[in-house]
Amino acid sequence: MSEFSTKGYLDMELLRFTTAGSVDDGKSTLIGRLLYDSKSIFEDQLESVQRASVKKGSEYLDLALLTDGLRSEREQGITIDVAYRYFATPKRKFIIADTPGHIQYTRNMVTGASTANAALILIDARKGVIEQTLRHSYIASLLQIPHLIVCVNKMDLVDYSQEKYNEIVADYLGFANKLGIKDCQFVPISALKGDNVVIESKVMDWYNGDTLLSTLEKTPIIRDYNHNHGRFPVQYILRSELDNHTNYKGYAGKAVAGIFEKGDEVKVYPSKITTKIQSIHFHKDEMTTAFAPMSVSMTLDDDLDIHRGDIIVKENNNNIKEGKNVEMMMCWMNEKPMLLNGNYTVRHNVKETTCSIKDIIYKVNINTFEKDLKDKIIKLNDIVKVEIATKDTLFYDSYNDNHHTGSLILIDEETNETVGVGMII
Amino acid sequence: MEQYKINHLRELESEAVYIMREVASQFDNMSLLFSGGKDSIVMVHLAEKAFYPAKIPFTLVHIDTGHNFDETIVFRDKLVERLGSKLVVGSVQKSIDEGKVSEETGYYASRNIAQTTTLLSALEENNFDVALGGGRRDEEKARAKERFFSHRDEFGQWDPKNQRPELWNIYNGKKNKGEHFRVFPLSNWTEMDVWQYIFMENIDIPSLYYTHERDVFLRDGVYIAVAPFMKLKPIEKVERLKVRCRTIGDITNTGLTLSTANNLEDIIKEIAATRVTERGDRADDKRSESAMEDRKKEGYF
Repeated sequence: MSEFSTKGYLDMELLRFTTAGSVDDGKSTLIGRLLYDSKSIFEDQLESVQRASVKKGSEYLDLALLTDGLRSEREQGITIDVAYRYFATPKRKFIIADTPGHIQYTRNMVTGASTANAALILIDARKGVIEQTLRHSYIASLLQIPHLIVCVNKMDLVDYSQEKYNEIVADYLGFANKLGIKDCQFVPISALKGDNVVIESKVMDWYNGDTLLSTLEKTPIIRDYNHNHGRFPVQYILRSELDNHTNYKGYAGKAVAGIFEKGDEVKVYPSKITTKIQSIHFHKDEMTTAFAPMSVSMTLDDDLDIHRGDIIVKENNNNIKEGKNVEMMMCWMNEKPMLLNGNYTVRHNVKETTCSIKDIIYKVNINTFEKDLKDKIIKLNDIVKVEIATKDTLFYDSYNDNHHTGSLILIDEETNETVGVGMII
Repeated sequence: MEQYKINHLRELESEAVYIMREVASQFDNMSLLFSGGKDSIVMVHLAEKAFYPAKIPFTLVHIDTGHNFDETIVFRDKLVERLGSKLVVGSVQKSIDEGKVSEETGYYASRNIAQTTTLLSALEENNFDVALGGGRRDEEKARAKERFFSHRDEFGQWDPKNQRPELWNIYNGKKNKGEHFRVFPLSNWTEMDVWQYIFMENIDIPSLYYTHERDVFLRDGVYIAVAPFMKLKPIEKVERLKVRCRTIGDITNTGLTLSTANNLEDIIKEIAATRVTERGDRADDKRSESAMEDRKKEGYF
């Protein structure tokens, strides 16, 4: 890892990706292999895996043990919760959101997908495209992850057969087209033996593409941020007396989209008053521009009554939508079923209000992707289209245009748990 | 659009600042757990940046095992004076004197587990509803499962199997009376990120991180500092060597690295070349496969 000169390090890009697989398709082994072959595993971690492998009676070094965090996971041999892993090559720094593949853990997959630039979909070469593959891909498309990388794993168990691989690729592509998945790449691998993960396979000479790691290094990072629609939700009001005894009132927050410049005309919602950006600061630095995903604080020309949850918008581009009745795709995240007409706290970016579920329009049959118009019982892991009615007006974009102003969560008012997550249409 | 790009350290900085501002918006009585180690120093630095020109809205809380390096305490007091912020010290010695925990004995005696009791009492006595910590997911496998906003029940316990889903940049800090949150703004940082950030921002850190001569002894392959409360086995010999700390904890748990690095660039080179994790020399994590998980469930940092 000595390549990390200080200078090079400051130029590195960040790629966040999520992994989804089914039980036993070797996802933990793949991540272990990626970390191991990219030399991101330290000696003490390796020793601990060696000890655990012997204890389990495993013949080879069980790389899957690297990623099991909790005792019950090691005992049951399954992954329970999203785990985050970090590794870097001289080109990029990577954050993996490792999500469990069991049917009942759709909510974890949705969670991992929400911040990802890319998704790895694992297919067991012996089994081909199965129901869970489809489900994972559907979630990746629902959450609009920009890039999919399909790893056809366990190639060693199908004699590294090119025919088998091509069959799976064709199968998958037919389905991906239906879901509108545009960017998807395929890599034949054996996580167990290490073929095409970091090191090129010596056996699969029929494959001329990149290894998984180089694919990850080359994936163009299309940020969630679009630089066209200026959106700055006010997170926190900073007030203080400055050293020169003038009063400072800054609107602190994160630019979630667009480019803001000093002197720009902006409109503040919900008051809809137009004013200009007087200054942009971060700490002691005054800057001329702020853009996504920077956290800064702004002052405005006019002294307005602005609160947390208001949003500063650059009006010269796309208009923000407004309304109290909003339609969205929603994933239900809690054991307690959704209550039609029940009240929930809604958090849309930093804005908080209350809402009720007005209408369950349809439920997605996650195996056939058909719309079920009759079933109104919405349980954990269900994906539905709903309409909610909010107490305060929401100012939003569609999730398609902006993941941050187009998403929201519902909170149970009794348990305070996050029970639903919505992507506004 | 190339010019509208920030490097990954600035992206992590922006994320941490965002989290701290969320904490200030969602909680009433806020604390920042300060150990005197580099991660908590970076936390204070980020808090200053997040709230400038206002003062940081967090009370610093130091859980003092009584087994600190002197340099840590000097550094802490100077920092608190410069910030003008409030400091609460939770004393493990006091918890022992009050009979809330018992002191371990033997060569491997440590006050590491006792700290949890002191920490939970300090949070309760001061009615803190949130404690910010510098924990990172890359440190340890149980930490890899931690949320940014981590809910604790009224007994301060963590339920890893029933955590709230955390999506996009929406953080749910809602709670009932008596419950609290632990918040980890550095979740996505690695050890290397922290060092590079200290270098980039030129942050002052305790002299213990740089090479210095010290009386040490070798135990189970790790150099430990000699201190009045450390019991040496008959075979263990005191040596005077050039060492530095890779992490700073309680003396009993802190393994020292043989090193001549006397500036940040050399430290970074050393970290880049090392093949052992940061916590690899931490005696507190070596106790069992799930030592961290068990402590975290009870309410540890």
